[in-house]
Amino acid sequence: MTILHHLDQTTLLRYASGDLDEAFSVVVAAHLAMCDECRRELRIAEDIGGRLLEESEMATVSDGAFSRIMCRIDEAEASGETILAAPPIALRGGKQDVPSTLQRYIGTRLADISWKTVAPGVRRHKIALSTPTRSALYMLKIEPGKAVPEHGHGGTEMTLILSGAYRDALGRFGPGDLADLDEHVEHQPRVEPGEPCVCLVATEAPTRFKGIFSRLLQPLVGI
Amino acid sequence: MLIAQVALRQDRDAFKSLFQYFGPRVKSVMLRAGADHEFAEDLVQEVMMTVWRKARLYAPERGPVSTWIYTIARNARIDRLRRASSQPYLDLDEIELASGMADGEDRAFASQRAEHVARALDELPDEQRRIIEYAYVHDMAQSEIAAKLELPLGTVKSRMRLAYTKLKGKLEVLK
Ligand SMILES: [Zn+2]
Repeated sequence: MTILHHLDQTTLLRYASGDLDEAFSVVVAAHLAMCDECRRELRIAEDIGGRLLEESEMATVSDGAFSRIMCRIDEAEASGETILAAPPIALRGGKQDVPSTLQRYIGTRLADISWKTVAPGVRRHKIALSTPTRSALYMLKIEPGKAVPEHGHGGTEMTLILSGAYRDALGRFGPGDLADLDEHVEHQPRVEPGEPCVCLVATEAPTRFKGIFSRLLQPLVGI
Repeated sequence: MLIAQVALRQDRDAFKSLFQYFGPRVKSVMLRAGADHEFAEDLVQEVMMTVWRKARLYAPERGPVSTWIYTIARNARIDRLRRASSQPYLDLDEIELASGMADGEDRAFASQRAEHVARALDELPDEQRRIIEYAYVHDMAQSEIAAKLELPLGTVKSRMRLAYTKLKGKLEVLK
C-alpha cells in the first residue's frame, strides 16, 4: 500500500500533545496503524514531550507518596494476581481489513458493518464513542462514480480511506490515505469507478452545504 | 538502566530513583495543565503505577524513558483531565509492540534523535517555543493558545509548523 496523503504537521503535534477528542484520535490512530512514515514522525513529536518533561521544574511531591505507591503495589500483589502488564499477543491472522486500532469500534471486517442508506449511492454507519465530544465519527460507503456534493467545512474534517478510492482537487485518495482538511478547504470528491469507497470520517461541526439540492444530502454528513 | 532493573527484577530501589526523578516533574506538568495539588498527586500515583506495571513493555528502540513516561502522563491527562479517551493511543501501542514495528530503528538512533530534538527545542525562537510548551505542558488547545496570545488561530498553526519543521531539519543529519 502506497500512502500519499498523511497527517498534517499540526495534527501530528495535537495528537502527540493530547489535544484531539476521541473521534479524531480514532482516525489519526487508524492512519498511524497503517503508516510507517507517520509513526516515525510521531516518535519525534513525542520526543518533544519527553524533553519538556525532563526540563520541567520539580514540584514538591508529598512525603508519603512513594511509600503510598509501594503499599498499593504490595496490596495488589498480595491479592494473588499479578498487576504487571503482559506483553501483547501477536496479531491475529485471518481475514481482516480493518486497522487494529479501529476494531474495537467497528469489528474486524468491513463486510460485517451494517449500513444505512442516507442518499442514493451513499450509505453511512455511525460509530458510538465512549466519551462525550462535539465531534462525530462515522463510516461512509459511496458507490463507484458517485460524486459527493461540493461543500466547505464548518470545522475540521478528517477522512481515512479504508477501501476503494476517490479523487478530488487535491488528488487521488486510496486505502490508507488521510484527507486532513481544515475549515477553509472546498472539495468535491468523486469516487473512482470499479469499487465502492469505504472511509472513516470525523467531523468537528456540521458541514455547510451549498445549494438547495445539496442540502437534501445534509444527512450524509449530518450529525 | 533503571527501567530495565524495574522490568527484569521489579527492583524497588531502581523504581524509587525513577519516582524521585519523574514524580515531581510529572506533578509539575499536571499542575500546569490545570490540576490542583491533590489531583496532581493522584495523577503522579497513577502515572508511576503504570510505569511499574508496564516497565517490561518499555522499548528503548522507540525512544528514551522520558518520552515513554511523557506518553503515559499524556494518556492519564487525556482520560482524567480532559475526560476524553486514550484508548486509541493504547491500541496503537499494542499493535506496535505485538508486531515489533521498530521499522529498523534502533536504540542508538532513538537516543540520538531525542538529543537532536532537545537541542533543536533549545534553539527555537521564543514565540515558537512558547506555543509548543502551551500545547505539551499546559495542555492547552490550539484555540486556547490563540486566545491567550491574542493571535489568529492560523498564526498559531503556522508557528507550530515552523517549529516542527525546524526540529525536523536538525534530524536530517541522522539520515
Ligand atoms: Zn502517514
